[in-house]
Amino acid sequence: MFPSQFDYHRAASVAEAVELLSSNEGAKLLAGGHSLLPMMKLRVASPPTLVDIGHIADLKGVSADGDGVRIGALTTHAEIAGSALVQERAPVLAEAASRVGDPAVRNRGTIGGNVSHADPQSDLPTVLTALGATINATGPGGERSIAAADFFTGLLENALEDNEVLTSVSVPGVASGSGTAYVKFSHPASRYSVVGAAAVVSVSGGTCSSASVVVGGVESTPTRASSVEAALAGSATSGDALAAAASAVSGDFSGDPVGDVYASNEYRQAMAAVYVRRALEAAVARAG
Amino acid sequence: MTTRSFGSGIRRREDPRLITGRAPYTDDIKLPGMVHAAILRSPHAHANIKSVDTSAAASQPGVLAVYTGADTDGVIAGMPCAWLIPGSDLKTPEHPAIAKDRVRYVGDAVAVVVAETRYQAEDALEHIEVDYEPLGVVINPKAAAQAGAPQLHDDVENNIAFTWAVAGGDTDAAFAAADVTVSDTITLPRLIANPMEPRSAVASYLAAMNELTLWSTTQNPHISRFLSSVVTGVPEHKIRVIAPEVGGGFGSKIPYYPDEAITAFCAMKLGVPVKWTETRSENYLATTQGRDHVEEVEMAASSDGTITGLRTTVYAGMGAYLSTAAPGVPTILHGLMYSGAYNIANISGTIYGVFNNGTPVDAYRGAGRPEATTLIERLVDLTAAALDMDPAELRRKNLIPKFENGHDVATGIIYDSGDYELTLDACLNNADYTGLRAAQAAARAEGRLVGIGMATWVEICGLGPSQVAGAVGFQGGLWESAIVRFHPTGKVNVMVGSSPHGQGEETTFAQIVSEELGVPVEDVEIIHGDTDNTPMGWGTYGSRTTVVSGGAIAFASRKIKEKSKELAAHLLEAAVEDIEYEDGRFFVRGSDDQAKTIQDIALMANVAWNMPEGMEPGLEASAFYDPPNFTYPFGTHLAVVEVDPDTGHIDLQNYWAVDDCGVQINPMIVEGQVHGGVVQGVGPALWEGVVYDDNGQPLTGTMQDYALPRADLLPDINVDSTTTPSPHHPLGLKGVGEAGTIAATPTVYNAVMDALRPLGVNRVDMPLTPEKVWRAINDAKNGG
Repeated sequence: MFPSQFDYHRAASVAEAVELLSSNEGAKLLAGGHSLLPMMKLRVASPPTLVDIGHIADLKGVSADGDGVRIGALTTHAEIAGSALVQERAPVLAEAASRVGDPAVRNRGTIGGNVSHADPQSDLPTVLTALGATINATGPGGERSIAAADFFTGLLENALEDNEVLTSVSVPGVASGSGTAYVKFSHPASRYSVVGAAAVVSVSGGTCSSASVVVGGVESTPTRASSVEAALAGSATSGDALAAAASAVSGDFSGDPVGDVYASNEYRQAMAAVYVRRALEAAVARAG
Repeated sequence: MTTRSFGSGIRRREDPRLITGRAPYTDDIKLPGMVHAAILRSPHAHANIKSVDTSAAASQPGVLAVYTGADTDGVIAGMPCAWLIPGSDLKTPEHPAIAKDRVRYVGDAVAVVVAETRYQAEDALEHIEVDYEPLGVVINPKAAAQAGAPQLHDDVENNIAFTWAVAGGDTDAAFAAADVTVSDTITLPRLIANPMEPRSAVASYLAAMNELTLWSTTQNPHISRFLSSVVTGVPEHKIRVIAPEVGGGFGSKIPYYPDEAITAFCAMKLGVPVKWTETRSENYLATTQGRDHVEEVEMAASSDGTITGLRTTVYAGMGAYLSTAAPGVPTILHGLMYSGAYNIANISGTIYGVFNNGTPVDAYRGAGRPEATTLIERLVDLTAAALDMDPAELRRKNLIPKFENGHDVATGIIYDSGDYELTLDACLNNADYTGLRAAQAAARAEGRLVGIGMATWVEICGLGPSQVAGAVGFQGGLWESAIVRFHPTGKVNVMVGSSPHGQGEETTFAQIVSEELGVPVEDVEIIHGDTDNTPMGWGTYGSRTTVVSGGAIAFASRKIKEKSKELAAHLLEAAVEDIEYEDGRFFVRGSDDQAKTIQDIALMANVAWNMPEGMEPGLEASAFYDPPNFTYPFGTHLAVVEVDPDTGHIDLQNYWAVDDCGVQINPMIVEGQVHGGVVQGVGPALWEGVVYDDNGQPLTGTMQDYALPRADLLPDINVDSTTTPSPHHPLGLKGVGEAGTIAATPTVYNAVMDALRPLGVNRVDMPLTPEKVWRAINDAKNGG
């Protein structure tokens, strides 16, 4: 509850933040503070320097981006959940953001902090992977974009360099005729997802034409449910068909397993099939 | 004239300052020159301390001193255990405030740093070098009691701190003759009390006067002063203990802790005031926890449903050391209640208090009674199932019939009054039990797992008769005292030795004075929590404060009324026998237009210009109330749950409570106590429990892992009550602080087991987390 001593800098711009990260070894970015500060208070993390980017106006807000949306790194979960643009173009992201933590977390926590923390039990990484989102970052060499599927590299690890700043997330619009859903099994204490399942399903003529299905909470990074997606292609949309497709998720877990005293990995895998089925049912019901 | 408020749900007078954050707590105390302590805690659950090197820490910025256990040798005494249960071969191994050569749980104090700021103290802790030699660890209380288990204390064989037995009737014969017997093993998880305010202490020592002042988050400042004296050696009359606002305790702020002794020690050594406030992480390691029972239990019954016997073997985890009141919790407050709300002629129980490598266990809301009620109510449901009887009807058949003044049970105690069937009927009626069972049958036909659970419960509280306290080894009395003092303007101070900390007694005590003497509630100020301006008292716990302090306030008020009558007679030039009292007014019978108000009397008594011959000035009375018996609140609770067979999730859908706490001073506060109590009782059934790994490392060390009840996981709670006055209490009170916590755990547990019954599942360890339930369902489906 009492963090170690650290230096504090407030960056006025992304360029200054990159400069501060480059010139202070071990420096960490501070945005909403909802992932980093608890770790510092427990002295699990003791960065010598914090670079506060919370006042960089460029990093805030949601804007249209082609047929999708671009979400600034400092945009809070509450702002995403309440954004008409996100609700219209990527409703599953608004749905997931509305279920992150509790109101206090949603009012302070940011998408940039959440995504870069790369917690396997976090909601947004799962949904952004399912949506085929892109993470935009700025470093000393300029800007670059990283596909969400490549961004999460391990337990609490991401593809950013130490001196890169995550600036925004680009989310493509969900095609018309598609239904989306995110369902989660909330941990009763932390409200992280023990298991979260995101589904984007295109339905035409009563059959699934394509689907993107991703599961969080079971492995150290979001799991793309390729077997489920394959089973869904051309599949009927009956409850039995969706259940059969969902059960294929058991073949998709090959990475680092996640489990804890509350929910073992075996149980999480079993729950993945249940929650994928529920996500598919909801997505299909919303399609068209 | 005043508005009568006794019996009405007026708002709590203490709430505005509490809910606007303007009330001062211990950590708000700031004294000139005050410095800060931080305590190094053992990362090992069991280890020898080979060496402690504090030299690097001592040279850190701002550090004034670093002390280890060796520094306390001969300066402060070990932590006292104050409930020495008789006939139990109780062992009380030394419990040093700072560990000397061995640590026995993760969180055991190893050293203390005092620095100018808290941050400096915390930083310096990281520079203390401790060489530990890890030892074997045992956590499960039953495993700890077996030969060959790692031994925590060299002189305590098999870690058994005490063996205590309760017996009545001939249990062996009852079981031999029974038509049906059922058995179970019930695990009551280890619980964290989680008061909103963590513990804190500020100590100030004036060497020239040998005076120690301790601000402390305690539920019982007078006991804290008593034990501070024992531990520090400062004479009791030179110690002042102040409990400012205390932000909840739930039992965890009863004990006298090492941390308070360490803070006082540092202040005495350094000659400056010292503050220590625990972090939430420390609260999860070093504040006493609750329950931790493994209960092997059996019930015997005849084919007509008459319960004939109850037999238990209980392993009660004590943690690494015996905390202040620990031995009394699983014995006196547990085993004596084995008859529950029923006539059970034959009862026997053996309780082992067992040391294990966990945080010390002590009283936690309900303290022993939830552990008893859970095993009784679970066995009643199992018996009903074995006899294919409705569980409500089996209860009805065995409930003690209505009694108004005393009922003996086989454990040797005497319940005060009860009408148990009244609460059963009210609860079944409120819940539409017949309709619920019909709906359940329909749901089961669809394959849904819907369950109905109930508990008809009774508890022992209003602690208690001091003579009995002595007989059961409590090293103190259990009476309370009150001083009621009228000022010249008719305003009133009431000084009590108990120490309310959230229960609303600044309101209910004023309602008592208002009822007794006709003064407005607003004119009555309740003073508590400071040993320098309150009379001796034993504190707030065990649903005792309103009952016992309330009795003392009523008696003191009645003394004042008698004196007021005499003074009124003098002023009205009448005989005292002719003086009548009504609503704060004294008048000669038949001429109430010439009344003297209590305010008139207070003024005259205080100025004393015109007093009867021989009457002392002042309008003030002190009274002591030593209850002639305990009180026995009771009730019936009922819950409906549905279990998701795919995931094991439990949806607690409905909850009904009908409680009887005797006469109610403030029904709104009663309802609030039941409401909060129910939530705290549902906790261990569904979510709460400390989990240690095999090395004794807590895996539930933060609020991110330890699942407290949350509002969105609970249904509306339907709270109702009946009123059966306690026959021996001056106001008919029984107490209500723990009612909900005692009833809710078995009610919800029974409901979930009822939901799973069609699958053949009869037991799952609490808390009933989804994975455990899912596994039980799968095991049953796979042939168990």
